[in-house]
Amino acid sequence: MNLKKQFKEGLITQNPVLVQLLGMCSTMAITTSIANAIGMGISVTIILTLSNIFISLLRKIIPNEVRIACYIVVIAGFVTMVDLSLQAFFPDLAKSLGVFIPLIVVNCIILGRAEAFANKNTVLASAVDGICQGIGYTLVLIIMSAFRELFGAGKLYGFQIMPAGYTPALLLILPVGGFLCLGVLIAIMQWALDKSAKKKAEKEAAEK
Amino acid sequence: MSVTKLLAISLGAILTNNFIFAQFLGICPFLGVSKKSDTALGMGLAVTFVMGLASAITYGVNIILVKLHLEFMQTVAFILVIAALVQFIEMFLKKSVPTLYTALGIYLPLITTNCAVLGVALLNVQNNYNFIQSVVYGVTGGLGFLLAIYLFATIRERTQFCDYPKSFEGFPIALITAGLIALAFMGFSGLQVWPM
Repeated sequence: MNLKKQFKEGLITQNPVLVQLLGMCSTMAITTSIANAIGMGISVTIILTLSNIFISLLRKIIPNEVRIACYIVVIAGFVTMVDLSLQAFFPDLAKSLGVFIPLIVVNCIILGRAEAFANKNTVLASAVDGICQGIGYTLVLIIMSAFRELFGAGKLYGFQIMPAGYTPALLLILPVGGFLCLGVLIAIMQWALDKSAKKKAEKEAAEK
Repeated sequence: MSVTKLLAISLGAILTNNFIFAQFLGICPFLGVSKKSDTALGMGLAVTFVMGLASAITYGVNIILVKLHLEFMQTVAFILVIAALVQFIEMFLKKSVPTLYTALGIYLPLITTNCAVLGVALLNVQNNYNFIQSVVYGVTGGLGFLLAIYLFATIRERTQFCDYPKSFEGFPIALITAGLIALAFMGFSGLQVWPM
């Protein structure tokens, strides 16, 4: 296993949201404030890591024909645990994330990683994969919510940042802003990956 | 009174609180299966059907859970019921209505992981809807999805050969198109059903 490579994949080259295009619903829906983004990011990271570990442990026992159903039951169990803990310890956060916490069950990132990684790799590698992919997801949420909260409400983590005379661009907080922000973010990512690929090719051509 | 309420629910689910454009539920199939308008229509119909049926069945499941004081099992129970339901529909259609099966076939398994279906089940419980209201919310929510995905697919068909910057090809331009439709849907936000 290769820790550094996995970390780089989770954060940049195989980022779950920007490159694999998974988990779009929650990304757009809850990135209206940084507090929500951090709460959601941490919840998904915990669930993803735990379910990756468990599915990797069970990978030789689960029959291939019913694997998707088994994954969903494992994931739903962890989601319920996190949902209840959030309601008990962070009731405000649980209220503002609302229906999107139980909906982590059908978040394609978790099922996608179970299918693409955890059922083929060792427990340790799967755990690392869960953490790295989770951090990659959280990072995107934080970037997007920082932009939307700062320009859409003039605040950052609930504190007023913009001067009093600033008129917030309300559009960014509304659903429209979610679609537009994510579209532009993916476009920037495609541009950056394209550029680095070109650089690499040039370097290789020069070496020859 | 109850008719007004039903009308208000339908209006909300189709226009003002559209599942895609206002609540961000079911974005994955919305972006994935919208390259052609006829496949989009098939997906939309399949989702409407499953959402209506899932609302009815999860209403019953929830009553059982409440009676047994097992409300915390909601998420697990609902997703299992939905997965089983989709499987049953698939088997039933294959056996008795093969033409419909071949039309919807590939979209049916995808619906299990469509968050609009689980979402509608959870929202029905959250909003304390009774049986008829739940089913109406499920069906009209599905119709809202159908409207959204069909509109989006027709626009995508037209913009397919447009010349946009290379970085925006594929998903980014699709998301921006969806954003603009969402902006148009905001125009419905003042709509209300007048109390009779």
